[in-house]
Amino acid sequence: MIAPFEDVIIQTVCRFLIPFLQVYGLYVIAHGHSSPGGGFQGGVILGASFILLCLSYDIQEMKKRLSPRANVIFFSVGLIIYSGIGVLCLLLGGKYLDYSWLHKILPVGPVEARSMGIFGIEVGVGITVMAVMISIFLDLASEEQHLGS
Amino acid sequence: MKLIALIAVCLTGGLLIYGTMDMPRWGDPRSPASLHVSPRYIEKTLEETAVPNMVTSVLADYRGYDTLGETTVIFTAGIACILLIRRFSR
Amino acid sequence: MEQIVGKYNYWVYIILMMIGFYAMIGKRNLVKKLIGMNIFQTSIILFFISTGSKKGATIPIVANGHGTMHQAIEAIQYINPLPHVLMLTAIVVMVSTFGVALALLLMIYRRYQTLEEDEILSLRKK
Repeated sequence: MIAPFEDVIIQTVCRFLIPFLQVYGLYVIAHGHSSPGGGFQGGVILGASFILLCLSYDIQEMKKRLSPRANVIFFSVGLIIYSGIGVLCLLLGGKYLDYSWLHKILPVGPVEARSMGIFGIEVGVGITVMAVMISIFLDLASEEQHLGS
Repeated sequence: MKLIALIAVCLTGGLLIYGTMDMPRWGDPRSPASLHVSPRYIEKTLEETAVPNMVTSVLADYRGYDTLGETTVIFTAGIACILLIRRFSR
Repeated sequence: MEQIVGKYNYWVYIILMMIGFYAMIGKRNLVKKLIGMNIFQTSIILFFISTGSKKGATIPIVANGHGTMHQAIEAIQYINPLPHVLMLTAIVVMVSTFGVALALLLMIYRRYQTLEEDEILSLRKK
């Protein structure tokens, strides 16, 4: 459905722009504590950087860098990080997703441990949202002989 | 067909605008939405969670279970798109 | 008059909602119905966020919050963060619904070779 598009200006500009987009996406995820942002917003920006690569070059270029099989693994990694932190809090003695009990394994106090727990789950949410954005775009934009097993 | 749709839309719009007669003014600090549990989240976010962004602390700490459900929703949407479109050839 | 000046934001969002609603029921092409659904959901999100604003208040982020753990925070100086949180979930649900609906439209196009509602219904009756 998407034909390869060869225009020198667009390809050169996107080649310069995509690393900055990815760094900005990681910045938005990491600075969810003190500026507007967080997991969902940063995940969408990261996904959009891959989609820009696909739109300006070819779909094969994106599949060389992130294959659809590795993408499906990223779906689950984010959710495992989120639920894993919850179960870890359960194993340390508190309730599910009660981050203040993380101070037993981290060298900080109970209030700072809640801040670390929030950061951990935002990373998990960001990974899942990035993978789903890329996967929905790949499904809708490529012919079916590229995908599948 | 479009005339029926237009009549239905105008009727619904009129009923909804009549329903806004009871709603609080725009920017009212004493509206019921800002009175019950929201002042507690605003005042206690820095001393209980050390996160200055109130939206992130409510989303990920006070209402963290809802965010788990929401991540499951977007995971399910991704899986549904894969199952609908990809053809697995054996 | 006081009703109009105090509540015109709700009226604007209701007009946007009705535009999306008309697109959902009045158009025949399936993609246009989908865009109408998107406009409807966006107007609901804006409506909810406007119910949480307070006059003269600032954004819900404590300025210079890192390091100083005890600061005097008054609830009336910051806008209500709860609608923002709920609408983040609503935006994610909006994107998920849109993605799955587009996948369904792709399958309908593969099967019937058309995206007009009346042609699909007449093809199904045969």
